[in-house]
Amino acid sequence: MIKGLAVLMVFQSLGELASRLLHGAMPGPVLGLILLLAFLVANKNISSSVATAADGLLAHLSIFFIPAAVGVMLYASALAETGAAWVLAILLSTVAAITTTALALRALCKPSDPPTDGHEPK
Amino acid sequence: MSTNTILPTGLDKLAEIWVYLAATPLFGLTLTLVAYVTADAVYQRSNKFPLANPVLISVVLIVTVLSASGTSYQTYFQGAQFVHFLLGTATVALAVPLARLWNELASRALPLLTAMLVGATASVLVALGVAKLLAAPPTMMASLLPKSVTAPIAMGIAEQIGGSPTLAAVFAISTGIFGALIATPLLNALGIRDWSQRGFAVGVAAHGIGTARAYSVHPRAGAYASLGMGLHALLGAVLLPWVARWLL
Repeated sequence: MIKGLAVLMVFQSLGELASRLLHGAMPGPVLGLILLLAFLVANKNISSSVATAADGLLAHLSIFFIPAAVGVMLYASALAETGAAWVLAILLSTVAAITTTALALRALCKPSDPPTDGHEPK
Repeated sequence: MSTNTILPTGLDKLAEIWVYLAATPLFGLTLTLVAYVTADAVYQRSNKFPLANPVLISVVLIVTVLSASGTSYQTYFQGAQFVHFLLGTATVALAVPLARLWNELASRALPLLTAMLVGATASVLVALGVAKLLAAPPTMMASLLPKSVTAPIAMGIAEQIGGSPTLAAVFAISTGIFGALIATPLLNALGIRDWSQRGFAVGVAAHGIGTARAYSVHPRAGAYASLGMGLHALLGAVLLPWVARWLL
């Protein structure tokens, strides 16, 4: 777990380094993701320690958004009084984005779920 | 506190402890963890009902505690920053589920990329169209344009095209929360059953918070959501400043 976390943070640091080299055009964590993905694909193997650390973090991905979301909501409640334009723009465009992406992907390729995975979608 | 004199000694001590705790990072950190554990218990007990979104419940709980106790966001963030920092590490960790599905994803690269561009275009056009109809000011339009892209990138794009980074963060996170709430009923109404299609759509439209919702529902949905978010982040950073020149 700690070893895996160390690997993730090494790649996070490499991502921050790459972000500096690109003058901040792309955030460090996104570049770190790409670098780790390239490493894992080239290596054709995911060590169990990295898998454990990653799965542990991703099982509770929601928690990491909370501090930023608290700040945003304190600000957004003040902003809500300035008018409905942005609220309506966000509601409608999010519905449009989910709908068009899902329908386009369904039109372009067959369903890919394993046949044994009979599920009730959530 | 001037009321200290009329409080019994016990409460007086309690107030002192509160003032002390509220001034240390322990308070913000503990509050974040306790709020999340509570919210996640509600979410799990509701059988992952979309409106019981753990980010939303946690935020409501924390904002209530902060305003009831008169604690500033700065004080709260002294502790919450440790959780916030790990968002970067968790983002890097998204490489692991993507690597597990790599062969499948590579074989579907073109349809995935096309679907992402279709969804991203719809997002920008509808957001700007609605805002324009309702006579939103130019700064707001520029801050709305990147709202389906993950917050740090949305902030950078907004700054580049004459928007406000703060507004962009508000719009991006609001989009993430709303997308996580609406995705399940919307995709059910559309008759989309495949996890790859469901997850990918949520990731493209509602980035990280949508991806967190997808992960909590099914690992395939989560992996496809992180791919949707990642592709939108990469292409958004490159293409949206250029799109803005045409549309704004």
